[in-house]
Amino acid sequence: MKFGILVNEGPYTHQASDSAFEFAKSAIEKGHEVFRVFFYHDGVNNGTSLAVPPQDDRHIPNRWSELAKDHSVDLVLCVAAAQRRGMLDEDEAKRNGKTSNNVAEGFRISGLGQLIEAGIQADRMVVFGD
Amino acid sequence: MEDGDQVIKKFMYMNRKSPYGTIYALESLEVVLIAAAFDQDVSLVFADDGVYQLMKGQNTEEIGMKNFSPTYSALGDYDIKKIYIEKESLEERGLSLDDLQDLKYEDEDDDWAEKDSIHLVSREELAEVIDQQDVVFSF
Repeated sequence: MKFGILVNEGPYTHQASDSAFEFAKSAIEKGHEVFRVFFYHDGVNNGTSLAVPPQDDRHIPNRWSELAKDHSVDLVLCVAAAQRRGMLDEDEAKRNGKTSNNVAEGFRISGLGQLIEAGIQADRMVVFGD
Repeated sequence: MEDGDQVIKKFMYMNRKSPYGTIYALESLEVVLIAAAFDQDVSLVFADDGVYQLMKGQNTEEIGMKNFSPTYSALGDYDIKKIYIEKESLEERGLSLDDLQDLKYEDEDDDWAEKDSIHLVSREELAEVIDQQDVVFSF
């Protein structure tokens, strides 16, 4: 089955991101396809390259990056939600006159259309949030 | 589900939170407006504290946040014609439909007659409508 996933909550604060990751990982292990994870609301913070969690804890952004790399999962941060919360890739930083960017490897910034498109293309769209 | 080459799915946007305490209501509305461009079969639900999103006479001046409630009255222009309000959610909060904005759309198949977008449904009826959807986004 072809899954799309929506993550609506930030890392560490809320279990939604952990649950979404475990779901995606398990689905892939069972032979299903997870073609896109869309991050919305505070969920965009899952894509920060600046997180430095304690070493004895899971590294949530890195974990997503590795999943993207190993299984070609498209990790998309909503541009409007990301800009509000100070998540910028190189292009967005330049366009907005900011000196730094903070989008982790494997994530890309795009529009809400990518969420709707995922809903259209997926056999099942699974939402993780509050 | 197929209409020529174009896939048309039933998309439901479920609004469950009050409008200004968290950002869910505003960002849900942003999704709905973008989604309108995709020509899908869209319905909106307002349930739980989400019914407060449609309250008449919202005034946000003192809290420094944008009052986005006028946008709901434009949903008809975005071809969004199915808005479900959960009856029990209203009752539990001492509200009735009179407290909410009156949302309409113009029916192009009926000489652009103005029609009600709002459907008051019981919790049980809402469960059936949810069951008919292909994609449910819950905010």
